Amino acid sequence: MIEMIKSAYVIGRRDFTAIIFSKAFLFFLLGPMFPLFVGGAAGALGGEVARDIANPVVGVTMSADNGRALMAARAALAEQMGERRFPELKLLGPSKDNPETLLKNTKNGLIAVLEGTLEKPKLIGTAGHVDAWKGEIALLATYARNGDAMKLAPVETQLVVQSAGNSKQQQLLTAQSAQVLVFMLTMLLAGMVMSNMVEEKANKIIEILAAAVPMDAVFIGKLFAMLAMAFLGIIVWASVGFGLVALAGSAIPSFPTPAVGWPMFITLCIVYFAMAYLVLGSLFIGIGAQAATVREVQTLSMPVTMLQLINFFLGIYTVAKINQPIETFAAIFPFSSPFAMIARAAQDPTLWHHGVAILGQGMFALLIVRIGVYLFRRNVMKSGSGGRVKDAGKRKLFGLVSFGR
Amino acid sequence: MSVLPTSRTNYHMHAIEARGLVKIFDGFRAVDGIDLNVPAGSIYGVLGPNGAGKTTTLRMLLGIIDPDDGVRTLLGSDRPLSQSKLVGYLPEERGLYQSMRAVDTIAFMGALRGLPLKEGVARGRVLLEEAGLGEAADRQIKQLSKGMAQTVQLMGTIVHEPRLIVLDEPFSGLDAINQGKLERMIRAQAAKGVTVIFSTHVIAHAERLCERIAIIAKGRVSFDGLVSTARDRLRPQVHLETEAMYGPWRSAIPADCKAEGNWWHFTLPESGAEPLLKALVEGKAGVRSLSIERPGLHDAFVAIAGEDMAALMDQPKDGELA
Repeated sequence: MIEMIKSAYVIGRRDFTAIIFSKAFLFFLLGPMFPLFVGGAAGALGGEVARDIANPVVGVTMSADNGRALMAARAALAEQMGERRFPELKLLGPSKDNPETLLKNTKNGLIAVLEGTLEKPKLIGTAGHVDAWKGEIALLATYARNGDAMKLAPVETQLVVQSAGNSKQQQLLTAQSAQVLVFMLTMLLAGMVMSNMVEEKANKIIEILAAAVPMDAVFIGKLFAMLAMAFLGIIVWASVGFGLVALAGSAIPSFPTPAVGWPMFITLCIVYFAMAYLVLGSLFIGIGAQAATVREVQTLSMPVTMLQLINFFLGIYTVAKINQPIETFAAIFPFSSPFAMIARAAQDPTLWHHGVAILGQGMFALLIVRIGVYLFRRNVMKSGSGGRVKDAGKRKLFGLVSFGR
Repeated sequence: MSVLPTSRTNYHMHAIEARGLVKIFDGFRAVDGIDLNVPAGSIYGVLGPNGAGKTTTLRMLLGIIDPDDGVRTLLGSDRPLSQSKLVGYLPEERGLYQSMRAVDTIAFMGALRGLPLKEGVARGRVLLEEAGLGEAADRQIKQLSKGMAQTVQLMGTIVHEPRLIVLDEPFSGLDAINQGKLERMIRAQAAKGVTVIFSTHVIAHAERLCERIAIIAKGRVSFDGLVSTARDRLRPQVHLETEAMYGPWRSAIPADCKAEGNWWHFTLPESGAEPLLKALVEGKAGVRSLSIERPGLHDAFVAIAGEDMAALMDQPKDGELA
């Protein structure tokens, strides 16, 4: 065992050194900048577009008095409830035109026509628009009809930092944010470790490694080299992040304290990130060891990526269903377990669950490594034209299912 | 399943022993019951045409892959990888990290076999100096010529001073000068008591270097023993030129001899050279020229493995110059 750890260290040290002195590491460090930049740009654009989109317009063909009363009611209610809560009103006055003709006229740009009286208003429009706005129109008509008699009571306000409901909701948000972060990082790293393995085979170095050390040590060394690189990246990002927080000061909104407390939550997030990566990475490195080309890697890894997305969605879905059967399943199933347990850490203070989960995830990762090594030794080191003649027309996925080359 | 003794005593006699090794790939028996004995301290050649099962056999001996049947011991252990610190291996498919410096490559390969990295770097520099590549020590592999890179890999194979060196088609892709250097290196290692086993499909290399050989064809061992024993399977060939065409001396020449004018070519009779010489002199044959040639390994290979296999041996491997 000690010999295997030593061998894994030799492999891992080489990989770690090679990676951090490569251009790929620089891109890895800059990686989070891209989604932040794209997200920021998309948000700004979205805001701009939202501002440009005016409220929908309802044409009013009621009498002039009714129309003016409605306009006054809208102004009063919008002041209390928000401008965008009500459609714009366009006074058309009593019209000889059929309401449908008014709606079809593109110059008007109406989504509905309001006719009748304040006592008996009639909203004409498509089903969607009528359903969406009939409540607001009823409120406007009632307020217009009653005038000051329906004056809204002034509400006195007192602000507090948090409420139980708010805190619970924000804990969910914290959990989901951590899940997304861990998932993105995990997928990135798992892809990198798989490519690394394929390159190793393309470089024909794999046989030198396989002859010198157990393949378990090769797999584990490579997995941990990539993990160490990720931790280095996290340290860099965290340093930059803390620097920005320090600069921004109170402008950064405060998050509610997770159920297990911040220090334990951060520790668990890091551990679950490592476990999520080790579970997925061990699978991907096994695939990388089987595949001979990048094309094969794509073929083999696509279904696994899709399945992992499902596991991630399972983790997201169960975030608000703590201790329900589906959440318990997500917490036990090794591929979704890290994500589900992060959600638990945010909302449930029980700690022993985490010890059991981490142990289970670690053992599962080791099991996948063992299977990957077995398949590698069984299927990959074939040589000589004797073997190739037989293999010329077909290859076998994990030595089980034939597929064409 | 065969059983092999795994005592330390046995290791002093044989660096490698294998009984009934079988490897099946997708129903194809790539190796079909191979037995091998590689004496400690010898230079041992594994001869066979491409696809004979040499590489698969070496991989099983080293523990890179497991046999489907049969047993093997390597330096006295039936768990070959446990002996990896005592073994150096140069695979047929050469590969190095292209961005790594030459000296670091050697040190890394040593580290894989338990040599401390610092020690590996120091020894790597010495080995490169000795090979005349001292100036290349700090250059990246991608900056070296193919021959230089192969030399670096060879240095990496021996940097940890192994007791057993396994070379799979080591001469493949090397020019004549580098082949000569490699032969000298193999002899130097053997002189230090290191066991060297190499596979080749070029008979001349085995003939020049090996004391013992195994001939592998179609996944089976056709011969395992001393090169001299293989050659002794064939009688020496006599090439004789006489002044006389007829005389009593003709009775000493086999009936199936090949005659070309005054030249006579035939296999030395069982009785040996002395009775033949006596008959020629006493019978006044007038010997102008006489040579008695011991058969070469190539002839022995043809006799053991057959013409077809010998023809396959002459075919170059993929990417190899004919």
